[in-house]
Amino acid sequence: MRPILMKGHERPLTFLKYNREGDLLFSCAKDHTPTVWFADNGERLGTYRGHNGAVWCCDVSRDSGLLITGSADQSVKLWSVQTGAQLYSFNFDSPAKAVDFSIGDKLAIITTDPFMGLPSTIQVKRIARDPSEQTSESVLTIKGPQGRINRAVWGPLNKTIISGGEDAVVRIWDAETGQLLKESDKETGHQKTITSLSKSADGSHFLTGSLDKSAKLWDIRTLTLIKTYVTERPVNACAISPLLDHVVMGGGQEASHVTTTDRRAGKFEAKFFHKILQEEIGGVKGHFGPINALAFNPDGRSFASGGEDGYVRLHHFDPDYFNIKM
Amino acid sequence: MAAPPQKLRWGELEEEDDGGDLDFLLPPPVVLGPDENGVKKTIQYRFDEEGNKVKVTTTTRVRKLARARLSKRALERRSWAKFGDAVHEDVGSRLTMVSTEEIVLERPRAPGSKAEETNIAGDVLAAAGKAGAVLMVCRTCGKKGDHWTSKCPYKDLAPQTDGFIDKSLGPENAASASGTSKGTYVPPGMRGGDRSGVEMKRRDENSVRVTNLSEDTREPDLLELFRAFGPVSRVYVAVDQKTGVSRGFGFVNFIHREDAERAINKLNGYGYDNLILRVEWATPRPN
Repeated sequence: MRPILMKGHERPLTFLKYNREGDLLFSCAKDHTPTVWFADNGERLGTYRGHNGAVWCCDVSRDSGLLITGSADQSVKLWSVQTGAQLYSFNFDSPAKAVDFSIGDKLAIITTDPFMGLPSTIQVKRIARDPSEQTSESVLTIKGPQGRINRAVWGPLNKTIISGGEDAVVRIWDAETGQLLKESDKETGHQKTITSLSKSADGSHFLTGSLDKSAKLWDIRTLTLIKTYVTERPVNACAISPLLDHVVMGGGQEASHVTTTDRRAGKFEAKFFHKILQEEIGGVKGHFGPINALAFNPDGRSFASGGEDGYVRLHHFDPDYFNIKM
Repeated sequence: MAAPPQKLRWGELEEEDDGGDLDFLLPPPVVLGPDENGVKKTIQYRFDEEGNKVKVTTTTRVRKLARARLSKRALERRSWAKFGDAVHEDVGSRLTMVSTEEIVLERPRAPGSKAEETNIAGDVLAAAGKAGAVLMVCRTCGKKGDHWTSKCPYKDLAPQTDGFIDKSLGPENAASASGTSKGTYVPPGMRGGDRSGVEMKRRDENSVRVTNLSEDTREPDLLELFRAFGPVSRVYVAVDQKTGVSRGFGFVNFIHREDAERAINKLNGYGYDNLILRVEWATPRPN
């Protein structure tokens, strides 16, 4: 395959997100402007100007009308996807990290980093249908986990919230009361910072990637560990194929070591593993730095990777990808 | 779509009326296809500097990037106006490019390569046994006919287990046919007299050096290439220990010298994996 290279960002990529139909690709980077691209040919549709710091995460509503972005400028902003106009800004006292719309797009999770003595929090905000009625009050605030919470997503039926972060523990919270329902074991769980968390297409299980060089597949309701995928480099990003039994993991050595070692030694490939057999299927090379973000198109026929090198690479699979026999 | 008779007529016209009164008229452009292979033909007419009519046929291939079965909403989004920084994007900015490099999903090993390898090793052992050559068994990883213990790539990784030692010593003892008990050390001089010394030399003698190998070439590939010339006792590809990438050269040892000679004559300058192989006798080590 010949990937499409998108050079819209001047700083490392942090997050990639497809909309539901898979025709738009949203990219966040440490430069201040999230960007939207057409996912078939990589043409840039527009940018969302207004943030004043690195943008860590974004999510798009089911109807592709509303975009939410979390940024290190201590704000979370709502945007009109079509026009790029800023609709609302939630302001915090510490950098925002993860954002996620609930099923139905009526609520959103926002996590904030520990900052200036403030602990990290997971907050639930109500998203008004009419942006002019939007308020900034939190429905729920969860405090407790130490360190940054790198990802938080909604569980099935919006009843739970799943979070993972620097303390390497995956936690399931009650979305009504904020009670801690389950947390992963020290032994079976991750040993180092959880960097990414992505749900399967049907929402029955999810994959976490960690700097302990592994990714783990969990049941979303019981938090039982289903599979572990071991690789030889820290995992910065992971995604589950919606079409085949594949998972993809991206990572590489830390950015600070990149200049001192050979490109081949950095292992900046996106690694494909068989979801069930836990065997490596193959690697896709190309980035000149660690991969920070990965996303599968909802149709499973293409995937995008974003790297520390500032490029988004859009890969449309060759036909033989779909006939790989293990 | 364009009608074929019309196209014919324009073609005739062009040939017939050189300097005719219809010269100032240019036939309309004709677009044919794209056909099932995605080949599209555009026929245009224009005047060159001297005022002659020129027919320009452009053949292009239309390739669909993704099997796009877009929903209604997605089609609507396709026509959205650009916003933000994308509005002022000039054509030359080239934010989106198609990679010039063909990227493949690299399999960790070619499917079926492992099975073949063991099969080949069996062949080699059989051939080696016939010729009376020494059995090459690695005591670290237990692999037969691939490399010597001292050359084992897993030398540092694998802890020596008793199982391996027993296995490796078994055939050796049988070959030496001495009455020593299993597992005791036998000095090389005592192992069936002068035989092994000759064999050790022979191993070096029929060694062929292969250089300018591509990075992807592995030992099984090399074996596949060279076994056509006769029984091979050893194949080795030098691999960079840090990166695990082939260093581009290797050695092949033949059991018979004439096979090695034929291999050199045949494969020196042979194009393999886009590179021209250089095959020659390996120079013996200074010691």
